[in-house]
Amino acid sequence: MPYTTTISIFVSLCLLVTAYFWGVKRAIATKRSQTALSTQVKFHSLPGFHGAYVAIWCAIPSLVLFVAWQTLRPNFLPQWLAQDMAGLVLLISAGILGLFFAQKRIASRFKARHKVETAFSLVMLLSSLVAVFTTFGVVVSLVFETMRFFSKVSVSEFLFGLHWSPQIALRADQVASSGSFGAVSIFAGTLLITAIAMLIAVPIGLFSAIYMSEYATPKFRTWAKPLLEILAGIPTVVYGFFAALTIAPFMRNWGFELGLEISSESAMAAGLVMGVMIIPFVSSLSDDVINAVPQTLRDGSAALGATKSETIRLVLLPAALPGIVSSVLLATSRAIGETMIVVMAAGLAANLTANPFQAVTTVTVQILTLLVGDQEFDSPKTLAAFALGFVLFLLTLGLNILALKIVNKYREKYD
Amino acid sequence: MIDKMSRHTKKRYQAERRFKIYGLLAIMFALGFLGLMLSTIALRAIPAFTQTYIQLTVEFSAKILDVDNKRDVKQIARADFQKIIREALYAEFPAANKRQDKKHLKKLVSSEAGYHLSRDLLAAETTDLNFIGTSAAIWVKSSDDVDSFIKDFISREVDEINRRLNDQQIGWIDSLIADGKLETRFNWDFFKFADSRSPEDAGIRGAVMGSLFTLAITLMLSFPLGVFAAIYLEEYAKPGRITDFIGVNINNLAAIPSIVFGLLGLALFLNIFGMSRSSPLVGGLVLSLMTLPTVIITTRAALKSVPPSIREAALGIGASKMQTILHHVLPLAMPGALTGAIIGMARALGETAPLLMIGMVAFIADIPTNINDPATVLPVQIYIWADSPERAFESKMSAAILVLLFFLIVMNGLAVLLRRKYERRW
Repeated sequence: MPYTTTISIFVSLCLLVTAYFWGVKRAIATKRSQTALSTQVKFHSLPGFHGAYVAIWCAIPSLVLFVAWQTLRPNFLPQWLAQDMAGLVLLISAGILGLFFAQKRIASRFKARHKVETAFSLVMLLSSLVAVFTTFGVVVSLVFETMRFFSKVSVSEFLFGLHWSPQIALRADQVASSGSFGAVSIFAGTLLITAIAMLIAVPIGLFSAIYMSEYATPKFRTWAKPLLEILAGIPTVVYGFFAALTIAPFMRNWGFELGLEISSESAMAAGLVMGVMIIPFVSSLSDDVINAVPQTLRDGSAALGATKSETIRLVLLPAALPGIVSSVLLATSRAIGETMIVVMAAGLAANLTANPFQAVTTVTVQILTLLVGDQEFDSPKTLAAFALGFVLFLLTLGLNILALKIVNKYREKYD
Repeated sequence: MIDKMSRHTKKRYQAERRFKIYGLLAIMFALGFLGLMLSTIALRAIPAFTQTYIQLTVEFSAKILDVDNKRDVKQIARADFQKIIREALYAEFPAANKRQDKKHLKKLVSSEAGYHLSRDLLAAETTDLNFIGTSAAIWVKSSDDVDSFIKDFISREVDEINRRLNDQQIGWIDSLIADGKLETRFNWDFFKFADSRSPEDAGIRGAVMGSLFTLAITLMLSFPLGVFAAIYLEEYAKPGRITDFIGVNINNLAAIPSIVFGLLGLALFLNIFGMSRSSPLVGGLVLSLMTLPTVIITTRAALKSVPPSIREAALGIGASKMQTILHHVLPLAMPGALTGAIIGMARALGETAPLLMIGMVAFIADIPTNINDPATVLPVQIYIWADSPERAFESKMSAAILVLLFFLIVMNGLAVLLRRKYERRW
C-alpha cells in the first residue's frame, strides 16, 4: 500500500511538470507561428500562465476523481475497481484527459492569466476555509456523539449526579453493570486544580509583569523576559513528569513529617506545577497591557507625590484592569484544558473533595482514560468522553469569548 | 506634626520597597522553578547515558548452535544464543551449581543479550561461520538490576528481602569487578533502539523517527495551507462580516484545548475515514489542524508588515495581483511565515494528549519506516515510560526529555535567528 501511494504521488508530480512545460512550449510555438503571419496579433498571456493553466487542468480532474475513488472504494466499488492499480490508472488517465483538453485552448486571444489568477484566489479561499471547516468538524463531532450519549444517559444525571464510575460490565450479572455518569465530582476536581493553579499563577504572574514593566532595567528585561517565556514553551509532559516524580513524592514526605495525610497523587502537586506553567500566560499579556497605559498617567501620579508602588496600585492597575482580567480568563481556559500534568500527577478516580492533598480527577483526565485503548463506539463509556469534551469545549470557548468581550468593552481609550 | 509626616513618609517608602521586592521575588520564583526543574531532570538523566557490560568467555559450541551440523546461517540465527551466554556464566562461577543459584546467576545478564549476540555475529548474508566450535571473550550487556546496582540505585544496606539483588548476586558482581570483567560504557543503544520491555534495551530511535514523520506531515499540510489562508485573508478578502467570521474562527481554534483536537481526530480520521490507528499520518493530520492557527496568525502579521508601497509599485509597473503577491509581497513576508511555522512545529513536537487519543500510545518495539507504520512520538514515549515500574526507566525518561528539549531549543533558536537576520523595519 505505501509503495503505491509513493508511486502515485511521484507519477502525478511528473504529470504536472509535463503538463506545465507542454503548455509553455505550445504557447511559445503558437505565438511564433502567429507573429510570423502578422505583427498585429498580440498574445494575451505569458507562456508561463498557459503552462500553469494546463497544469491546473491536469491536476483538478485527477484530484477530484482520486478523492471520489478513495471515498467510494471501501463500500461501493466492485473488486477490480477497488484495487490500488485501478486507482493509479484512473488518476493518470484523468490527468492526461485534462491536459489534452486544456492544451487545445491555447491561443493568442485566450486569457490564461485570468483563469489562473481565479484558480489561485480560489485555492487561497479554500485554504482559509479549512480553519472554518475544522471548527465545524469539532462542533459537529462533539455534538453528534454527545447527543448519542444523552440518548442513553439523562442530561440531569450527567450534570448533577454525584457518582462517576463509567465501567460497564461485559456481562449483565456483574456488579455495577450499568455504570453511572454523574460528572459533578469531575467538574469539582477540575475546579479545584484550576483554582490552585490560578492562586499560584495570578499573583506571581501579575507581580512579574509589574516588575518587568515598571521596575526592571532594560538589561534585566532583555534576559528575564525570554527566560520566563521558556516556561510556556516546555512540553506539558515534562511538567507532568516533574510533578509526578519530584513534587508529589517531596510533598508526601513533607506531609508525612508534619503528620498530614497526603496521597501520592494530589491536586496540590498538579495544581502547583500547572500554576507555574501558566505564569507566562498571565505575565506576558499583563505586561503588554500595563505597558500600554500612557506615560502621562504615571507622570501625573508622580507629580501628585505618589510613590511608584502607589502609582501602580492606584493608577496603572485600575487602568489596565480589563486587560489583566482577560489575561487571567485566558490563562484559566488554558488550565482547564491542560491534560498531561493532571494525567500524570492528579489521579484517575473520581473523588468529590475540597481537600487539595487528596487525589482528584479532571475532565481532561477522564476523556483520556475513557478513550485510550480499544473502544467500541456505541458504549456510553466512550460516548461519555465526547460529552465531557463538549463541556470542555464550551467552557474554554466561553472563557475566550468573555475575555475578548471584556477587553473590547472596558478598554480605556486614550488619545 | 512634621515628625508624624516623616514617619508616614518612611512607612510609604518601606511599602514601596516591599512592593518592589515582591515583584523581584515573583520573577525569581518562576525562574528558580525553571532552573530546579531542568537541573533535576538533567541530573536524573545522567545514568541513562551509560550501560554496564560484563565480560564472559563464551564457547560457541556446535552442540547448541548447530544441532544438525548443516552450517546453515538461517538455522543458526534461530539457535539459542542466550543459552551460550548462560553456559558461560555458569562456567565463570562453577560454585553456583544448585538450581536456585543458577536461576539467580542468569539474572546478571540482559535477557536480550543472546539476541544481540546472534545479530552481531550473523549480520551479513555471507557470514563466516568458523566461530562455531571456538571460544572467545565477549562483552555482553548486564541486566538492568546489575546496572542499577553499579549506579548506586540498589544499596547494600537495605535488607536482602527488599532488594532486587540478593547477597549472593552482589558477591558475584563484586568478584566480576575485582577481575576487571565488568565495565561501564556510553550507552549508544539508547539512540539506536526503539522501545523495549527491558530497560537496558530501551531506546528513543523509534520515537524520534515517529516524531520526524509526524512533524513532516504537519509541516507539509499546515505550512502551505496556513500561508495560503493568510494570503487570502490579508490580500484578497474584502473586510466584512465573512472575513471577520473567518478571523474570529481562527482565533477560537487557537484557543481550543489540544485534547479536543484528539477527539476530532478520533471521530473523523479514525472512525469515519477509517485511517490506521497509531500512524504518524493521522498524528500529523491532527497536529496540522492544531498548528494551522499559529501559522495563519503569524503569516498574517508578516504580510501586514510589508508596506503597501511595495504592492503599489508592483501593480504600477503592470504586475497582476497574483504576480504582486508571489513575486514581491510573499518573499518579503517569508521569514515571518517561516518563524511562525517553526514555532508551530516546536509546539506540535511537544504535544502529547491528542496523540494519545489516536492510539500513538501503543508499545511499539519497531522503528517506523513510513507514515503508515504504527509509531509513537518522543513526548508520548516519555509518558509511556512514566508508567513503567522499573527504576531504570526513570532515567531513560529524563534522558528522553533532554533530547526533546534539545530539539525544541534548536527549533526555537532557529526561529530567533531567522527573525534577527531578516527582520526589517520599513
